[in-house]
Amino acid sequence: MAKSGWQRKDLLGIAELERTEIEAVLATAASFHEVATRPIKKVPTLRGKTVLNLFFEPSTRTRSSFEIAEKRMSADAINFSTAGSSLSKGESLLDTTRNLQAMSPDVLVIRHAHPRVPHQLAARLDTSVVNAGDGAHEHPTQALLDAFTILQHREQLDGLRVAILGDIEHSRVVRSNVLLLRKMGASVVIGGPYTMMPRSAEALGVDVAYSIDEALEGADVVMMLRVQTERQSRMSIPSADEYFALFGLDRARLRRANEGALVLHPGPINRGVEIASDVADGRASLILEQVSSGVAVRMAVLYLLAGGAS
Amino acid sequence: MSSVSSVIRASGALLVRGGRVVDPSQGIDDEVDVLIGDDGRVERLSGSIQVGEGVEVLDAAGLVVCPGLLDLHVHLREPGQEYKETIESGSRAAAAGGFTTVACMANTVPVNDCRSVTEHIVRAAQRCGLARVLPVGAISKGLRGEELAEMGDLVSAGVVAFSDDGRPVEHAELMRRALLYARHFGLPVVQHAQDMTVTGDGAMHEGPSSTRLGVPGVPRLAEDLMVARDLLLAEETGGRYHVQHLSSGRSVELIREAKARGVAVTCEVTPHHLLLTDRDVEESGLDPNFKMNPPLRESADRDALLAGLLDGTIDFIASDHAPHHVDEKLLDFVASPFGIVGLETTVSLLLDRLVHAGKIELGEMIRLLTSAPAKAFGLELGSLRPGAPGDVTLLDLEREVTVDPARFQSKSRNTPFAGWRLRGAPVVTVLAGRPIRVEPRPER
Ligand SMILES: [Zn+2]
Repeated sequence: MAKSGWQRKDLLGIAELERTEIEAVLATAASFHEVATRPIKKVPTLRGKTVLNLFFEPSTRTRSSFEIAEKRMSADAINFSTAGSSLSKGESLLDTTRNLQAMSPDVLVIRHAHPRVPHQLAARLDTSVVNAGDGAHEHPTQALLDAFTILQHREQLDGLRVAILGDIEHSRVVRSNVLLLRKMGASVVIGGPYTMMPRSAEALGVDVAYSIDEALEGADVVMMLRVQTERQSRMSIPSADEYFALFGLDRARLRRANEGALVLHPGPINRGVEIASDVADGRASLILEQVSSGVAVRMAVLYLLAGGAS
Repeated sequence: MSSVSSVIRASGALLVRGGRVVDPSQGIDDEVDVLIGDDGRVERLSGSIQVGEGVEVLDAAGLVVCPGLLDLHVHLREPGQEYKETIESGSRAAAAGGFTTVACMANTVPVNDCRSVTEHIVRAAQRCGLARVLPVGAISKGLRGEELAEMGDLVSAGVVAFSDDGRPVEHAELMRRALLYARHFGLPVVQHAQDMTVTGDGAMHEGPSSTRLGVPGVPRLAEDLMVARDLLLAEETGGRYHVQHLSSGRSVELIREAKARGVAVTCEVTPHHLLLTDRDVEESGLDPNFKMNPPLRESADRDALLAGLLDGTIDFIASDHAPHHVDEKLLDFVASPFGIVGLETTVSLLLDRLVHAGKIELGEMIRLLTSAPAKAFGLELGSLRPGAPGDVTLLDLEREVTVDPARFQSKSRNTPFAGWRLRGAPVVTVLAGRPIRVEPRPER
């Protein structure tokens, strides 16, 4: 497979990517998508390569998805789960970098609670770095897998109207998706309660709505974000029930979107909080497809960064 | 007036000869000589003073001679965090940066909330004798914001103001009582004005840049709320209220209105808030050396701060010199501590970016670092009037420097200005008639 259109050492964010690079990842993912349908779901592409999954913040889903992608590529996948971030306990980025360098991995997959930690490590390492989520900043493979999923059902992203709804302020998913969708020619509206919207939401370069109904008007794609209902979010929303009543996506609300609108959610979903079961399990929902797309997209990213040295 | 002259021992007489004396306290901008007597105080200023042998002569030809500069907001970290800075290294940094006087904040370990800590600071500063180090005492015991520190005892040990800096006094009633009680001593109550409930876990200004970066934001409102509350308390109590490191344009307006109403309020601004914005944080790629509290805000705030400085709403400039060890700034942006050093960059930054850039007159810049801070804190400093302490700073307006943290006399290197090329620099300071020659460290 030719690695056309990709020169980078790292995948840190959508911000750095050109449209052609996004297209290169999506095209590569399409060829790996087929692997999942085979009886033996494994290719030798990354045999002998080591991938370190370095998760400073717990994330079962994203980590498992990367791990499956790595194993299907025949890479040696090693997990480092250091929840409770050693970086904030006196180990500096420099120490971490040196330790990782000493293990000479081929790819580092990094999840961290603070923005730009993967970027800072990447700048100091020869190893390829994949950002698997840095605080509320970016989550590029999520945006790529969302785009890939939509493109299984639509010809192109150009001209689509995408509504992204929920806790905008604390979401890394929304930032990467906004960047990707705009680069690919879609128009985006973000919506949610006033208390979950960043004060300078317009800085994201999209339309902003404070009513779910308004945001859904004319949408071709609806992306729901996971809402945290823990105690610390109670300053933003009084209860899960009230959130569902005012901002949740149910079948009646979905009718405001365009006929045949697609529904996505990065998971795990909170049924009856941000999304009703009849929508999550309904015909419009691509939530499970997103999971399989995620593996294909991550295989593509690993391949572009570390595979096919020819 | 607080007496500060006892801090430094005088040596012999000194003649500062041939310079351009700029002393805003007397409206002087003229080529005159300055004679400092052997009591360490200014004897007289006049053209071509002749002196006999035994009087040291400091040649100031081609240089600006001004009253010794004051930086009334520094953190010297001693006692307790000597790995970041000591009174000695901080005094060296002050002298290298052109400052003869610094006021050091109380958030040491232990806190400067009692006589023994104040006395330690005074003695350590006297031992090194490179700058006047004026201790600021805590407002509340342990900076806990619960009960007043023993202000009277602190005053008798030598503090010149009260501040819980590092932490705001959040409790309104405690702040009210602090403003009232401090009236007995005529000293200002100095506030790091920030509502912490609005601040949350914010790490940079809440605005377009923080939104794009997904970094938790500190809204302007955090400062505005506290300034507004405190102005009402100051008005009510008649106490002297000083706001540290203003960052928000709205707070400048609040203070302008309060001054017009006659409230006894003063305030300061840092060079970094006058020169940088949150865009610089974003463009740095979240370099921890751009992280300080209050955070760098937007260009409208920066412009409002400069306007406030020019119209007299903002009383003086101070650096908020906040040393942190290199290891602490090796963490990522969110994890690293707030604060940057400023003693060794302030003068060159102001000369290059404000004076040479035509935004502010040289005399005005000098006033903002001499008589203005002295007046705000009620200190008999910042002037070359006969009888005043013989503290002088010599400036070379044309010397080109490049900010090189490796050459700082401070123990810390945390500055966002590394690599900046600046025109104008301090040359030497004179403390009570004694020349203090502390140069930047030699290049490696
Ligand atoms: Zn402060």
